[in-house]
Amino acid sequence: MTGIMVNISKRWGYHGVDALRKASPGYLMLLGAFALLAVAGAAVGLHGMIVGYHHVYGVSREVSWGILISAYVFCVVTSTGLCIISSIGHVFGGEAFMPIAKRAVFMSIIFMLGGFCIIFFDIENPFRMAIYNVISPNLSSNMWWMGTLYGAYLVFMVIEYYFLLEQNHSLSRLMGFFGLVVGIAAHSNLGAVFGMLHGRPFWYGPYLPIYFIFSAAMSGGCAIMFVTTLAWKINPEIMNQRMERAMKAICQVTIFLISTIIFFTIWKIVTGIVSHEKTIVIMSLVTGDYAINFWLFEVFLGMLLPLFLLIRSRGNNFNMIMWATGLMMVGIFFMRYDIVIPGQMVSVYHALGVEEARDLVKYTPSFHEIMAALFGLSVICFAYFAGEKMLNGHQLEKHEIVPEGGYICPGCGAIHFMEEGETVEDAMKRHHKIW
Amino acid sequence: MKFPKIDLDTLKNEGTESVTVKERRNFLKLGFAITGVYAGGKILSLSSTFGVAHASDGSDFVEKYPYNPHYSMVIRQSLCIDCEKCVDACNKTNHVPEYGYRTRILTRKYRGQLDKKIEFIPVLCNHCNDAPCVRACPTKATYKDAVTGIVRMESKKCIGCKTCMLACPYDARYFSAARRAVDKCDFCWEERLSKGETQTGCSSACPTGARTFGNLTDPENIVFKLVHQLEETVWVLRPEDGTKPNIYYMKGNMRSVDNILKGQKFKYSDPANS
Repeated sequence: MTGIMVNISKRWGYHGVDALRKASPGYLMLLGAFALLAVAGAAVGLHGMIVGYHHVYGVSREVSWGILISAYVFCVVTSTGLCIISSIGHVFGGEAFMPIAKRAVFMSIIFMLGGFCIIFFDIENPFRMAIYNVISPNLSSNMWWMGTLYGAYLVFMVIEYYFLLEQNHSLSRLMGFFGLVVGIAAHSNLGAVFGMLHGRPFWYGPYLPIYFIFSAAMSGGCAIMFVTTLAWKINPEIMNQRMERAMKAICQVTIFLISTIIFFTIWKIVTGIVSHEKTIVIMSLVTGDYAINFWLFEVFLGMLLPLFLLIRSRGNNFNMIMWATGLMMVGIFFMRYDIVIPGQMVSVYHALGVEEARDLVKYTPSFHEIMAALFGLSVICFAYFAGEKMLNGHQLEKHEIVPEGGYICPGCGAIHFMEEGETVEDAMKRHHKIW
Repeated sequence: MKFPKIDLDTLKNEGTESVTVKERRNFLKLGFAITGVYAGGKILSLSSTFGVAHASDGSDFVEKYPYNPHYSMVIRQSLCIDCEKCVDACNKTNHVPEYGYRTRILTRKYRGQLDKKIEFIPVLCNHCNDAPCVRACPTKATYKDAVTGIVRMESKKCIGCKTCMLACPYDARYFSAARRAVDKCDFCWEERLSKGETQTGCSSACPTGARTFGNLTDPENIVFKLVHQLEETVWVLRPEDGTKPNIYYMKGNMRSVDNILKGQKFKYSDPANS
């Protein structure tokens, strides 16, 4: 057993629980805090499940999707985004992006699992889902496609991660490609879950599926920069020349993507103000109840501040990048919230001019909902911090000392192992062949 | 296709005297058919399928109603007095919990109208022929009954994702904790119609006849008579969503309704009597 562990440690850079034991007390306390929060969130969520969600959740008949769906969307958007950004490198061969692959794919899986944790407490009968999704599928339902494709996506990402650890770049590349295709299909279906509800003018149309993909790429760029710079704070040794080059490249891409999302947002506002039912939603975002959400979080923290700071950072001021992207993650959460909740604020009978539908429908997240959302988010944080230690900052070896028989691949930046009697060139060909 | 060359500028005006009655009638018919007014076209455009006719948008060519019995409700809005007996009957019949409802009565207030200050609009599931909820459900827990056209729930399949609640443009769905599924109006299929009754709970409880329930394919049925007439405007809610609902609305003021139900000719539509 020990032999296998040593072997895995060497091959995968896996340092296991030992690495946690060696961590500083502060680090362990941080881990403990996230673990506690996750347990507390799960407990509160289970309480809600037992007493019945309608007693404890803030969602209603009219606003049926609340902060849990927003948080779920946030998680899966980030997951898909990490997959998109990392695929630039290890699927499409953009060399600069290669060093981030392992951390990005790991975090992509973790964000997906976190999303599933959250949706578990939103869906009323999660256990039925497993059965009837399979034996009674409705192929015209976006919800079905979204759930099924995300399931497949998770499988592909896990297999891809395994091959990344195993240094099998041809198979990891293939799996990464499948994961990307399925992930984009799944994610645009998530956009279509909203975009194909034609009774909801704020959502209806092709805008959301398209927006979701660009928004995912932006979130992915933001997330990978945040987790990498945070990892650099934890362990400065993860940063080396290749990683610095990667950060610079991702920084550039993210600046471009933020600009794209600003463009999307401007046109959403401008087109919205000519149709009455959209206008009241837009106005609630611009000047009404959601103005702080929109201007402070979505626009300032989510777009303008990171755009400014990332440009200022020139892609090599990691402290600045960490603050910019960390605040941007908060802003992005509100961005998701500002799609999910306002879309339901206008009653379907508003245009009928009846008294009951005169005002916008209100929604405030309840304690149970916030805790259930925190459950998923703390699982992500816990897994991230534990992963940084246990997986040795997603490097192979400390200082990336090249182990015996290995070499640093000039193409992908990873450490490859030569087989007996093989030259470096042959090993590289073996690692990077498509089949 | 060749068109004859006509120089419109130099053409002599023939005047209307020379147009025969038949030509004039054909011309008007054409215009009516195009605008959809002809032969109840207003309703045709709302209902998915109808007797042999063009729907007004020209896209659907339909032969007959898709279900038999094609259950439908006509709500005569002017007759509703907001007594809520229908809501109570519905809650009692279908064991609706206090936090939910399958049907409700909306209130519209007016200012500056001479005859009325207030109007009541009962709403319920529209049992749409193109039901957005049925499309949105991931597990076919909600489905269109192949015989009656009633949008029903198979509760055991419902995963509680609530997509159908948001897909519904009529706010007709709520999550029932007791059923562990989304619950909605089923035209009292489970509690009444399947047991041989012919009326829903709400329609039989309505003291004024504002809610009339019946079979659209039966020419003797009241809903058929109320829908297949030109004298009173019939409409549906949110036609722009294209869901082809089966709940029809009309003002239903007493005189014209009496006329319809007695099968009389409309006195004021016959020029010979005026």
